[in-house]
Amino acid sequence: MPVSQTNSRVVYDALKSCGIGLVSALPETWLVHLIRMAEDDPEMILVRLAKEEEGVGLSAGAHFAGVKSAMLMQNHGFLASVNGVVSLAQLYRIPLLMLISYRGHFGERDPWQTQGGSATESVLRALHIPYTFLDDPAKVATRIAEAQTLAYSSLHPTALLLTRELMWEEA
Amino acid sequence: MQRLDCLRSIYNRLEDCLVVTIMGAVATELHSLGHRPNFFYLQHAMGLASSTGLGLALCLPYQKVVVFDGDGSVLMNLGGLTTLARYKPANLVHVIFDNESLLSVGGFPTATSTGSDLEALARGAGIERTSTVRTIDDFTKGFDAALRANELSCTVAKVEAVGPKGYVTDLALLENRFQFRRHIETLQRK
Repeated sequence: MPVSQTNSRVVYDALKSCGIGLVSALPETWLVHLIRMAEDDPEMILVRLAKEEEGVGLSAGAHFAGVKSAMLMQNHGFLASVNGVVSLAQLYRIPLLMLISYRGHFGERDPWQTQGGSATESVLRALHIPYTFLDDPAKVATRIAEAQTLAYSSLHPTALLLTRELMWEEA
Repeated sequence: MQRLDCLRSIYNRLEDCLVVTIMGAVATELHSLGHRPNFFYLQHAMGLASSTGLGLALCLPYQKVVVFDGDGSVLMNLGGLTTLARYKPANLVHVIFDNESLLSVGGFPTATSTGSDLEALARGAGIERTSTVRTIDDFTKGFDAALRANELSCTVAKVEAVGPKGYVTDLALLENRFQFRRHIETLQRK
């Protein structure tokens, strides 16, 4: 599978360096290695969800418990989480670190992903969620740490868009 | 059976639990019995009270967590029942007050009024310890047994569709949120 195992490891190690203790996830192609790494890590609480919005509740519960968390989801999962983001995370000032695979953008071959690709950034902007891209493995650790720092200082969601450049290796 | 009587009957059992409620009558009625710093009222995000409780229960495995849910909220996150069942936190007590109604918006009937059975849905999701109760006595006994059991449980309490006149309390949402977090921090220092 041409999902980059090497860069998935870079992302996972960065999450560990940030002290992440709980990861909620709903599988999608680009996330398979990351989810497996969380599964194989005895120190990580991995929660496989039925729908991504549940992850907002999981992260809120983890935050109350003093555990740092991250949400792994596809951009369509982010779109499916919007009410939870607004009416739990934003209403109650819960820091969220969202790692969102940016499907449906340049280079996307799956027609069904394309509409979500065109909506992702405008929805993030509409919700005033600060976001940036994970595209260069050399910068992954810094950007994840910075996104987490801002999430905690602002008590607000922040988002990192996992790009094709980082996650996909053409066979 | 009225929800307020159910809550009153077990109120003194909640002192050592972390309690998460849904919005509307459940939050207002529990608050009316006396707010405590270990109560968090999720005043929106319908469906996510159980997910918040799951996050708490997984991160604090030695702490009892009680979620007071409702039919309208559970119906918005039926998948959440499967997530609860998947991880089966032994320290989580899930109570669903089923009044077959979206009471706070004017009493519109939910699907439980036309036969959808939340206990059957919970059991079908994989939660083994489930029950449906219709009297205060059964509710109290069931709740006590669920608290004692070292097993995820889901109790559906069939209640009348009556509630308080208003839903806004004098506790600001953020005050509640920070107090709840601080309370858990204090517990962790002990």
